[in-house]
Amino acid sequence: MEYFVQQLVNGLTLGSIYGLVAIGYTMVYGIIGMVNFAHGDIFMLGGFAALIVYLILLGLFGGVPIALALFIMILIAMLMTGLWNWVIEKMAYRPLRGSFRLAPLITAIGMSIALSNFIQVTQGPRNKPVPPLVSSVYDVFGIAISLKQIIIVLVTAILLTIFWYIVNHTPLGRAQRATEQDRKMAALLGIDVDKTISITFVMGAALAAVAGTMYLMYYGVIVFTDGFTPGVKAFTAAVLGGIGSLPGAVLGGLMIGLIESLWSAYFTIDYKDVATFSILAIVLIFKPSGILGRPEVEKV
Amino acid sequence: MANISQTNEAVSTNLMARALREAFYAGLVALGLFVLFVGLKTDQNILNELILVQRWGLLAIFVAIAVVGRFLTVAYIRPWFEARKAAKAAAPAVEREAGFVTRNFTLLAVLALIVYPPVMVGLFGFQGSLKWVDNFGIQILIYVMLAWGLNIVVGLAGLLDLGYVAFYAVGAYSYALLSSYFGLSFWLLLPMAGILAAAWGTVLGFPVLRLKGDYLAIVTLAFGEIIRLVLINWTEVTKGTFGISGIAKASVFGIWSFDVSAANNFAKVFGLPMSSAYYKIFLFYLALALCMLAAFVTIRLRRMPIGRAWEALREDEIACRSLGINTVTTKLTAFATGAMFGGIAGSFFAVRQGFVSPESFVFLESAIILAIVVLGGMGSLVGIAVAATVMIGGTELLREMNFLKQIFGPDFTPELYRMLIFGLAMIVVMVWKPRGFVGSREPTAFLRERKSVSGSFTKEGHG
Repeated sequence: MEYFVQQLVNGLTLGSIYGLVAIGYTMVYGIIGMVNFAHGDIFMLGGFAALIVYLILLGLFGGVPIALALFIMILIAMLMTGLWNWVIEKMAYRPLRGSFRLAPLITAIGMSIALSNFIQVTQGPRNKPVPPLVSSVYDVFGIAISLKQIIIVLVTAILLTIFWYIVNHTPLGRAQRATEQDRKMAALLGIDVDKTISITFVMGAALAAVAGTMYLMYYGVIVFTDGFTPGVKAFTAAVLGGIGSLPGAVLGGLMIGLIESLWSAYFTIDYKDVATFSILAIVLIFKPSGILGRPEVEKV
Repeated sequence: MANISQTNEAVSTNLMARALREAFYAGLVALGLFVLFVGLKTDQNILNELILVQRWGLLAIFVAIAVVGRFLTVAYIRPWFEARKAAKAAAPAVEREAGFVTRNFTLLAVLALIVYPPVMVGLFGFQGSLKWVDNFGIQILIYVMLAWGLNIVVGLAGLLDLGYVAFYAVGAYSYALLSSYFGLSFWLLLPMAGILAAAWGTVLGFPVLRLKGDYLAIVTLAFGEIIRLVLINWTEVTKGTFGISGIAKASVFGIWSFDVSAANNFAKVFGLPMSSAYYKIFLFYLALALCMLAAFVTIRLRRMPIGRAWEALREDEIACRSLGINTVTTKLTAFATGAMFGGIAGSFFAVRQGFVSPESFVFLESAIILAIVVLGGMGSLVGIAVAATVMIGGTELLREMNFLKQIFGPDFTPELYRMLIFGLAMIVVMVWKPRGFVGSREPTAFLRERKSVSGSFTKEGHG
């Protein structure tokens, strides 16, 4: 039982990271109907930004209180990836907005290749290990819960609340939802559609940056290829939860995290990704629009 | 008169002011983008700790490029393009007769390919031609075959498949395993790999019949990853990440062999000096023949009811179903036919390399093949072949850029930038020509006279 709960905790932590990345996928998909393949690499970029900021802090001040360091890392990583995604959207996706649907997908794949290789060229191809930032572990009824895990789950919960508030209760969120429902009508009613889409990309990237920082803190290592697998899994999470739905993305992320850690705990670790992808396939076969997705009504 | 020149002056100073302003902003943005990633480099010191290396000079170069590039774009390049566009619009449209090369492009291309190996041998000698025939010729032809196979699924039937590399892997591994465990010959295994891959295409196609668009895309991606992961982890059979090496070479229909020790070695029989170039040239022609076969089958299939059903399915699934087309068999045949070409290309890949490992079947390969299909202007066979040549040949050429070492110093390795440039090229080509290199295709069904159809009529994967 304790073992099970332990795995549950681990799964929730991992799932939070996937969920944060999945939101970026699902929002962009919802608003312009495009699979932003480069989002996983934005996540990796966020992790690298956090790493470099941490090294700067270390170099300038010797040691910084870890809470402050984390805060600065997250903040700068968010700004950084936000700027990157803003530029990427403007240069690679916006010119193709009126084009056929595969065109932005191809530029997104190209962007994903370019971003990961850009980091390889500028930062080197080797693993980047960092000393453990947070190492305390608490014992709660026989279950080991590390401070890292608490931070990850807490930060995710706080961000999701803020995010949920923005989408549901601010003029910006209203503009986003309107653009999502009908871009042309939204534009006719005076919404700056281009700006709304840009902001959506920036928001998604900022959440990915937080996830990247958390990933760096949790695993203590990052490498330029780290965007792909978590990216695909987060996309899987978004699809599993029903792409376009925000709660779905979080739910999908948590599910993927749980499946992964429970499978590794009770079966072979080698096939954990196979299990994740198989469950995705099975769920979609029985419920083709994902768990919380609205079924598409086809009009003839 | 004076008035006009004054306005002109005002416009140009205005333009300059705007260009300067935009250049300034571009510089700021570039500074923000690159300050952490280019200005600083994480490196390990002797104690294996991460340290930062400062590279402000490089950062300054990046920012300067952004500033100058933006300035030139706004001040000169964009007005020039607009002027050209206006001039074009003003001039009466002249119906230009298609030139000899355009009209006979396919024939000329095939002829060029047939004389390609002898020409290379003539230019570089037997040993020198290896690189050109193998790295450029054979590799590009394999990608052409793969892209033509995927074209059936994505370009004709409109099913977005992101896991196409799975069938490539099935073909390669079925050749590698069956030949090393059972000693079966290449000529038996080539069709068998195609059949096996087609069977896998049908098996994987079944569960996804209900899925559409991006859901289909992600499930096919998942299947591709599952197959790769199984290949990595099923070590008893596939030897995992070590891969299978020492795969038997192909022979000329069993008559002449290319094994050095065999009695009927090709070079020995004809009394030629030993060289591995003969084998590569043989493989080149074999690849060419397989490509021709794939093209022939595709062209024929498109004229058959099944090919028309694919295209109907791509255009509108509901209309297709109400006209009595069985969408289940239509989708499955598309998956199976596409997979078959992938499998044949895979077994050919295995015989060419003599070594297969899961490394060769990552998602990136699927992405590259899909990019070739889309950049080639989905549905157009010639366009796809051109796209494969440009993208694969172009990145291979980057390996040859050794003269750059003289400019940037001996530490400069152009190979490192290969995939970076590949990714950027994908973006640039797509933004510049969203309909691909060849934005038109020949229609299969037409009224009275054959007219070429603009690529914008090619819809894509709605499932």
